[in-house]
Amino acid sequence: MTDIASSSSIPLGRRPNKSTDAAQARVRRRYRSEARFRAYGLIALAITTVFLVVLIAEVVRKGAPAFLQHSLLLDVSVPADLVPPDKRGDAAAIRGADYFPVTRDALMAAIPGIESRSAEKTLTRLLSPGAADRLANMIAADPSLIGQTVRVPLLLSANADLYYKGVGTPITSRPGRGIATPSGTTGEITILTSSNDFADDLVALKRRLGERSAALVVEADRLQRFGSAGLADKVRELREEAAALRDRFDHPKVEEALDGSLPSLLIAINGGLVKVTRLSDSAVSGDVLLPLSSQADAPSGAWNLVTYATPEGNRKAADQEVAFLERLRDLGAVDRHFNFRFFTAGDSREPELAGIRGALMGSALTLFVTLALCLPIGVMAAVYLEEFASKNRLTDLIEVNINNLAAVPSIVFGLLGLAMFLNFFGLPRSAPLVGGLVLALLVLPTIIIASRAALKAVPPSIKEAALGVGASHQQAVFHHILPLAMPGIMTGTIIGMAHALGETAPLLMIGMVAFIVDVPKSFTEAATVLPVQIYLWSDLPEPAFQYKTAAAILVLLVFLFAMNGAAIWLRKKFERRW
Amino acid sequence: MAVEKSLTNEALAVRPQPAKAAKVMARGVDVHYGAKHALKEVTVDIPEKGVMAFIGPSGCGKSTFLRCINRMNDTIPTCRVTGKITIDDNDIYDPDLDVVQLRARVGMVFQKPNPFPKSIFENVAYGPRIHGLARSKTDLEEIVTSSLRRAGLFEEVKDRLGDSGTSLSGGQQQRLCIARAIAVEPDIILMDEPCSALDPIATARIEELMGELMESYTIVIVTHSMQQAARVSQRTAFFHLGNLVEEGPTELIFNNPRDQRTQDYITGRFG
Repeated sequence: MTDIASSSSIPLGRRPNKSTDAAQARVRRRYRSEARFRAYGLIALAITTVFLVVLIAEVVRKGAPAFLQHSLLLDVSVPADLVPPDKRGDAAAIRGADYFPVTRDALMAAIPGIESRSAEKTLTRLLSPGAADRLANMIAADPSLIGQTVRVPLLLSANADLYYKGVGTPITSRPGRGIATPSGTTGEITILTSSNDFADDLVALKRRLGERSAALVVEADRLQRFGSAGLADKVRELREEAAALRDRFDHPKVEEALDGSLPSLLIAINGGLVKVTRLSDSAVSGDVLLPLSSQADAPSGAWNLVTYATPEGNRKAADQEVAFLERLRDLGAVDRHFNFRFFTAGDSREPELAGIRGALMGSALTLFVTLALCLPIGVMAAVYLEEFASKNRLTDLIEVNINNLAAVPSIVFGLLGLAMFLNFFGLPRSAPLVGGLVLALLVLPTIIIASRAALKAVPPSIKEAALGVGASHQQAVFHHILPLAMPGIMTGTIIGMAHALGETAPLLMIGMVAFIVDVPKSFTEAATVLPVQIYLWSDLPEPAFQYKTAAAILVLLVFLFAMNGAAIWLRKKFERRW
Repeated sequence: MAVEKSLTNEALAVRPQPAKAAKVMARGVDVHYGAKHALKEVTVDIPEKGVMAFIGPSGCGKSTFLRCINRMNDTIPTCRVTGKITIDDNDIYDPDLDVVQLRARVGMVFQKPNPFPKSIFENVAYGPRIHGLARSKTDLEEIVTSSLRRAGLFEEVKDRLGDSGTSLSGGQQQRLCIARAIAVEPDIILMDEPCSALDPIATARIEELMGELMESYTIVIVTHSMQQAARVSQRTAFFHLGNLVEEGPTELIFNNPRDQRTQDYITGRFG
């Protein structure tokens, strides 16, 4: 009553008048401010989305190749003396046999005519040290294969694999115009042509020499401007080199040598391949990479000039390897398949043999220990603090410190674990048990806080209802409040577990960062975990490991997304209204 | 007529307590919530069977007193109760008394229907189960059925006892809560504004139900609706600012209050 009386007593002039210009301006301003606020939100969202999309796209782009693997599908003849006849029932003896000659012979049979030791070595290096694992398993499963010829995929080395995944060189080829005459079929040969087929290449080469000479002069000038005495020698060297290049550039018709800083020029002739080392208008000399079938003249159009555009010095695969790999591809021996090994093998120094099974098992064992400790302890602590603890200074102190613990840097928990579990209790180093204990310390505050929030969210009317029908406090908590809080507790637990799954720093402190080949089978064996595996691989120089790193990140992300998805699903499924 | 009534009033006021001892006796009950003195020196007798209504403006302490009768105030850490309350001459604040046993004897129905988010059957069966009232599954079903029937809900839900209690309408939920309360065979049922969240039809249904239940139970109801108090109760107590101002037969309280404050409240001059 009094409200109405007082509101009607406001003088007319003070009431909001919606028709004046000022009022309309105020309304417009309010709309503008709302639109602006929406725009800020949208911009923030867009930026976040862009970052996330770029991040994930980059990881997927880098990681996807690691899920594929190339092998050579070759006919391998297994010699009868590979394993002594009396040991053919023994799988270990079969696996322990020396397969290197077997695979080498199969490879040499695929590309016949290789004579030089170095070429042979290059060829056998295309295979992984674990190339014959599959073959050994096949023979172990069926010893009757000994003495027979088996068609089996031989795992390629990481470099060869990368080459087939496109980390190679653009290859162009153009037919020769003149009649080419090779001087031999292997070793160092010269090829003469009846036309000036190589003139263009020579011109291009000379032009490069000119460019490089100019660049060296610029560099020398730059150094000279510093005027330091120590640089004088360097400047003189550069100038001499520039002059030498200039000299070669100035004599266009003189024969030139090719080196690794230029694109490689090769001649494909008579079924072989020759790498050009010296070049003039109508003659080249070079090394035979793939043996020629004959010394016969090759007519116009029957031979090709092949260019590997990336200079040899700038790529992993040397010309010889590229030649072999291209030949093997032409033979149809290259088999591309899903990289199951990535999920079944432990770590390895060889990228093509390395897998994440060990890290996955380590993560699983560690998380199991964490969950087994955290869930009961965390939930019981939360129930006690929320429902039973008397509100006094001590519980306040505990509460504040639990919140503080949630903010402690994880590395500190790692140090604590090192001091406590390893040094004091003498638990095994690098073990999932200790990792789980440390992560439990880390996750416990999260779970306690989440559980308390979930317990607090259960309306007091439910507790009153239970007490009202004569349930004891404990019965009310365990029959009604805890079950209703469970979805929230589960959500918090899963998010805490996801946090633990991605945690690296504390595990470094307790030695879970070791290079471990064997897949761990118990809680006390040395193990590593996924994020640490990623950290280890990211540190390795081999490009193949960079792909493995991205692939392992993808696997980790899949697990994290799955866990968070499960948390959301639980929340949605058990969400209820009172 | 008026004279006769006032005489009756006088007679009632001076009449000694009935020979039959009251079901609930409160003597000098004080309640403090921390520093707040919520209930002051309340002395009242609640007779066995029938309905007693507590009325009064918001914050007057009537709900507080109600919650003292089954010691529901124990759950509030800052709450302190002094004085003496007895049920059947047993002091319910006796340290030896088991509060769970007490609450089994003194059922409660809350302002907002609060069924457990479980099936209708489980809602009613929970109390008998924790108190071990049923020896077999058939026993338990019998108790649930009869409780639902006495709460006037059975016909409406007999085909869907497995449905969630929260799926019922507000009035049905409140009757489910009543069924849940009577399933443990209490002597006393406390109702804290049981109809304030319900529509008039559901309210009428609950009031009708109270009329039936008062034959076998002592019912204490807190209500804001004076009409409701007048309709359902035999005795009424008026609380104001933590004091029990006046208590007596409902008719007398409404027709012929002794205290000016009661007079002002029931005629709508404040509140």
